[in-house]
Amino acid sequence: MAVLLIAEHNNKELRPFTLNAATAASQIDSDVHAVIIGQNSADAAKQLSELPLLKKVLSVEGAHYENFTAENFAPVIVKLAENYSHIVCSANTFGKNLMPRIAAHLDTSQVSDIIKVISPDTFLRPIYAGNAFATIKSNDAKKCITIRPTSFDPCESTGGSAPIEKVDASEEFSNTKFIKREEIKSDRPELGTARIVVSGGRGMQSGDNFKLITEIADKLGAAIGASRAAVDAGYISNDHQVGQTGKVVVPDLYIAVGISGAIQHLAGMKESKVIVAINKDGEAPIFSVADYGLEADLFEALPQFMEELNKLNTIQK
Amino acid sequence: MKILVAVKRVIDYNVQIRVKEDGTGVVTDNVKMSTNPPDDNAIEEAVKIKEAGKATEVVAVTVGEEKAQETVRKALAVGADRGIHVKVDGILEPLAVSKILQKIVDKEKPDLVFMGKQAIDDDCNQTGQMLSALLNWPQATFASKIDVQDNKLEVTREIDEGLETIEINVPAIVTCDLRLNEPRYASLPNIMKAKKKPIEEIAASDLGVDVSPRLEQLKVEEPPKRKAGIKVANVAELVQKLKNEAKVI
Repeated sequence: MAVLLIAEHNNKELRPFTLNAATAASQIDSDVHAVIIGQNSADAAKQLSELPLLKKVLSVEGAHYENFTAENFAPVIVKLAENYSHIVCSANTFGKNLMPRIAAHLDTSQVSDIIKVISPDTFLRPIYAGNAFATIKSNDAKKCITIRPTSFDPCESTGGSAPIEKVDASEEFSNTKFIKREEIKSDRPELGTARIVVSGGRGMQSGDNFKLITEIADKLGAAIGASRAAVDAGYISNDHQVGQTGKVVVPDLYIAVGISGAIQHLAGMKESKVIVAINKDGEAPIFSVADYGLEADLFEALPQFMEELNKLNTIQK
Repeated sequence: MKILVAVKRVIDYNVQIRVKEDGTGVVTDNVKMSTNPPDDNAIEEAVKIKEAGKATEVVAVTVGEEKAQETVRKALAVGADRGIHVKVDGILEPLAVSKILQKIVDKEKPDLVFMGKQAIDDDCNQTGQMLSALLNWPQATFASKIDVQDNKLEVTREIDEGLETIEINVPAIVTCDLRLNEPRYASLPNIMKAKKKPIEEIAASDLGVDVSPRLEQLKVEEPPKRKAGIKVANVAELVQKLKNEAKVI
């Protein structure tokens, strides 16, 4: 039986992690269908149908799907599930909210946040905030899987032409009402998907001093992160927090400035491809995960860093 | 309004996790255990709602081995009125826990069920959503603000794009984010008082729920170690390395 991928979108276009989840789904079985549930989401469905690795797109529309409420989404997917062996989506807040509701209806034990498909029934997933990896075999007839998007490459997004099939909407769940969504708008890339992240910790000493980080982030086209200590101290808002209780990031380059490297923080960034630590305490645990460590006072190092960047002819964005 | 709060006993968040050499799990012997951090936020919020006169009773429930009762006792010490301990040995999957909690909900008939958004041991993030599916109740996951109104809640949720606000009718499930509140510490007199508060013990086997595992944990291993990096002498060297060696800028 085929794999059913749940597409994530904003009714206008696909959200990028759908492509990562599609890759994971295709590693389970080559026969991948995707379902897109929304309101006036034809453009996003069209975009989905262009993913070359999809064989079919199922489109469900209804006013009660406009805001992606799990209580409205779950019944549709549960009904479709009879034709599929696996249901797959991203382990971001969309998928985390939705998938267990589907799994419980199907009486399936969900496998959350996998980082590798070992076989169609066996998966690798981090536990204890990434301090251990567990290999899990699912013995359920139907498997509900959420995937860690940063552990799978995005699939090709153009060139395909999967047929789009309309599916009937389910009834509205009337006890949950959407009120509003406040999206944090920024010219900078999103923390979760940025290629470069520059993060500050308690060593920054004040919110004002974060401008040293902002300057460098702007120069590099980077997102701005922070340790829990910096957030708790009020230097920066909590949506910047990287770590077990914040966001898990896997950028090409992670620059940790004035961050000691508590277990909590390391859990959120230690899978980054290249890690730089700038800290005046040479014994700080952050140096144990850093590819390049600079033992220095950040208030001297950051302006110098900016100067050196300005000397470069080109900077990759 | 009556609030049921589910709490789980996990390895304390400050403990460095060690994987067992035989690959069967992580070391838990002689390791400090605590209440799962966001479950503390769930208890705190329920107690605050009661203190504000909007709830009549807060009941703390845990599902687990003998020692799991410590988490209920701690909840009683910070303001829960009474406790329930569903006794069961071995590792339970979230699906099994949600089925047990469903039975407790049937018996207790709470208006609200609170719990942490995720346990920091298995990191599954499933139980609240599963319970809400089994009960066909609304769910407000990752809550960072809860406003209790007449027979409904307005809840602000932490989502990847920012914040989302929803309104849910009771009865409902709320899973709590760490940002929801600042859990209080139990005072010594309250710890003493909590010892007199009742904890009902129920054997999971008496609830008629199939808790047999559906998943097999084949192996637990240490994540691959990063190879040791180097220290650079100055900023100029750092930037050169990033440009020419790592090729990331």
